[in-house]
Amino acid sequence: MFGYYLDLALRSLRRNKMLTALMVLAIALGIGASMTTLTVLHVLSGDPLPGTSTTLFYPQVDPRDMDGYEEGKRPPEQVSWPDGQNLLQAKRADRQALMTGGSVAVQPAQANIDPFFSDARYTTSDFFPMFKVPFLYGRPWSAQEDEAKARVVVITRTLNEKLFAGKNSVGQTLRIKDAALQVIGVLDDWRPTPRFYDLNTGSNYGTTEDVFVPLSTSRDAHFAHDGSTDCWGSGGGDDEHAETAPCVWLQYWVQLDSPAKVAAYREYLVHYSQEQKALGRFQRPPNVDLPNLMEWMDINKVVPGDVRLQTWLALGFLLVCLVNTVGLMLAKFLRRAGELGVRRALGASKREVFMQLLVESGVIGLAGGSFGLLLAFVGLWLVRKQPSSYAALAHMSVGMLMFTFLLAVGTTLLAGLLPAWRACQITPALQLKSQ
Amino acid sequence: MEILPILSTLRRHKTTAFLVILEIALTCAIVCNAVFIINQRIERIHMPSGVDEQHLLHIALANIGAGKDEKARGEEDLAALRQIPGVVSVASVSQVPFGNSSSNASIKIDPKQRIATTNATNYFGVNITQTLGTQLIAGRELTADDYMDMDDVLSAVARHDPKAIPKTVVITQALAQRMWPGQSAVGKELFMSDYGFTVVGVVKDLVRPSIWDDSIAGYSMVLPMRVSNGEYVVRVDDPKNRERVLKAAVAKLKEINPHRVVLKQHLLSNMREDFFRNDRAMAGLLVGVCIALLVVTALGIVGLGSFWVAQRRRQIGVRRALGATRTNILHYFQTENFLLATIGIAVGMVLAYGINLLLMVHYELPRLPGIYFPVGALSLWIIGQLAVLGPAMRAAAVPPVVATRSV
Repeated sequence: MFGYYLDLALRSLRRNKMLTALMVLAIALGIGASMTTLTVLHVLSGDPLPGTSTTLFYPQVDPRDMDGYEEGKRPPEQVSWPDGQNLLQAKRADRQALMTGGSVAVQPAQANIDPFFSDARYTTSDFFPMFKVPFLYGRPWSAQEDEAKARVVVITRTLNEKLFAGKNSVGQTLRIKDAALQVIGVLDDWRPTPRFYDLNTGSNYGTTEDVFVPLSTSRDAHFAHDGSTDCWGSGGGDDEHAETAPCVWLQYWVQLDSPAKVAAYREYLVHYSQEQKALGRFQRPPNVDLPNLMEWMDINKVVPGDVRLQTWLALGFLLVCLVNTVGLMLAKFLRRAGELGVRRALGASKREVFMQLLVESGVIGLAGGSFGLLLAFVGLWLVRKQPSSYAALAHMSVGMLMFTFLLAVGTTLLAGLLPAWRACQITPALQLKSQ
Repeated sequence: MEILPILSTLRRHKTTAFLVILEIALTCAIVCNAVFIINQRIERIHMPSGVDEQHLLHIALANIGAGKDEKARGEEDLAALRQIPGVVSVASVSQVPFGNSSSNASIKIDPKQRIATTNATNYFGVNITQTLGTQLIAGRELTADDYMDMDDVLSAVARHDPKAIPKTVVITQALAQRMWPGQSAVGKELFMSDYGFTVVGVVKDLVRPSIWDDSIAGYSMVLPMRVSNGEYVVRVDDPKNRERVLKAAVAKLKEINPHRVVLKQHLLSNMREDFFRNDRAMAGLLVGVCIALLVVTALGIVGLGSFWVAQRRRQIGVRRALGATRTNILHYFQTENFLLATIGIAVGMVLAYGINLLLMVHYELPRLPGIYFPVGALSLWIIGQLAVLGPAMRAAAVPPVVATRSV
């Protein structure tokens, strides 16, 4: 029976090519636009470390003075040097890392490569195991090397390609701002999206820094700090006085493997704040928070507002396209009242006529969906041409592909329901009489 | 006009009529808001910077090794830059408009204030306002007596020594209005943490290097501090010379001290373009969606109109046979479309207002100005009439003899 309905549907669609094309085009445009924006949204709001992110937390304490104090306001987005060091040394979590961003002058040994500036991450040793960073060669540095301000460096695969032609560079020397650092590890491809660990650099969807240096080493060798520095009181915020100035400029992450540990750590942060207040360092009542990775992304509204706006716009567009299709299909089906009346009179049940019409709308949905998918690929290609930092990430995944198809066929079938139902309500006798 | 018969016909096609109205309403609502956002973005892209963008260059360099005697080096750079033909003025600065990286401070009117009045950005550098070409509207420019070395000031801040901290500041008109509405700012004192600064001059505009909130985009201060970070603003005599001067300046600076890397070299006009790239892309996208929406709606009206005409061929024939003129038939369909569009637009306006309320809450958009309603209505009426014209003409062409034929 399905074959017969399909044949009927194709015949009917061929009878009015312009109208069929119009319906298919409307669906395709709606689907194409929605899928493009939904894919971008899906990529941007994804989990940067699937499987691990639920155990990663971003502890926050409030070391500011009473100036500008309002109850209920969130603690600062970063930590100061003393708090970072205190929390780090206390080792109350399963793993913990203190870090900040910077920019360093790399002086290649080869004469044919000009010196260049590279973004760097200054961090402590747990960064690598905690964030499950993959290594191509070598190893991360150890806690002892952190302690010893060891002159060591870990570089990305990209930088390794550039400087050492992709060969195993472990043991080589990298000159940075007159300091000689020994390469001890090379990362494999790693691009957490968004780049969650530091949201102060302005490009949350960019690649990672190319150079990783122990935090202690970066301070010892006077490597420049980059990123936001928020000061209060009489804070200056320059690099030289960064350890003592009343400023927050570091990010602190911890790994807590069980809910009990999370609760305990939160408790610890409150105790820590009370203790600091008793010591006179903190002035405000304890104001702590411990969001997990995805909560921290939400708090910081990482997904750009424009992207969300575009998604809503595209869905609105799809809705208009669907209303349009419903209207056209309804007109089309009702116009065939005579034909349907004859079929009903010859013994077709309401159900069968309904199915026949649904098949017809399904065909339109399938055609619209396929064409819409093509448009979505064009749309994503256009997105990749855009200047934004996330542009390169806009790729269709298999899951999104399936979803597109289901969305297209599903919405068109839904759109076909009302017209098909209305057309079934025709009284055969009346139609036959009017012929 | 014959509205009653049209209404009674529409009553017999409730569902279809409802769908046309719904489509027009949705389109109207979305297009009104989209055009509003487009205008917002265009306004943002053309935000006044207060500086002479067409004559300015920006160059930033960084030492590869540890810098030695930065101050002398900076003076040497400035002297060399001044000698390049076409250069009118040069300044060593800490940040530039649209440069994306900025130093900001909370400022207060009273040092005892618990909550800061607002937040403003700090521009430093000798001769910076003159080189940028800001327009002084009250008071005076900063002079050599006001200036102090940045390094000394930072050390003074670290040891809480108010004596070695500048005492004067030049602010923008926007900031002056925010701090002392309706009063002259010159001579007033503003506070950053505990340190007081006397406002000696007010400039018309000077935009921030990075803008996270458009309403405070013009809140800038110029502090009398000498900096030598290897960041320079160069003003040329003629926009035509910009590329040549930029190339010559970079070559000269590399020649003076090869042991450094050029981080940035831009025309300021290009920096503005880059700065608003996302806004431009968004506006373009919205224009595209609006056009697509209007086209889909128009085609939908054409399609439905054609169906209705085909369906009513016999009635049209009968009406023609009973004496209706072609114009009568044409007007019938045009009026029908006008009625549907009007209802659709009325519903669309309410929807547009609702969507705007949502956008105000979630995307911090301002309220939709009233002017968008009549403009949106007019454009949808026009599109509806254009779309229905084809089917209506076809209807008018139906000959009266159709009435006498069975099928």
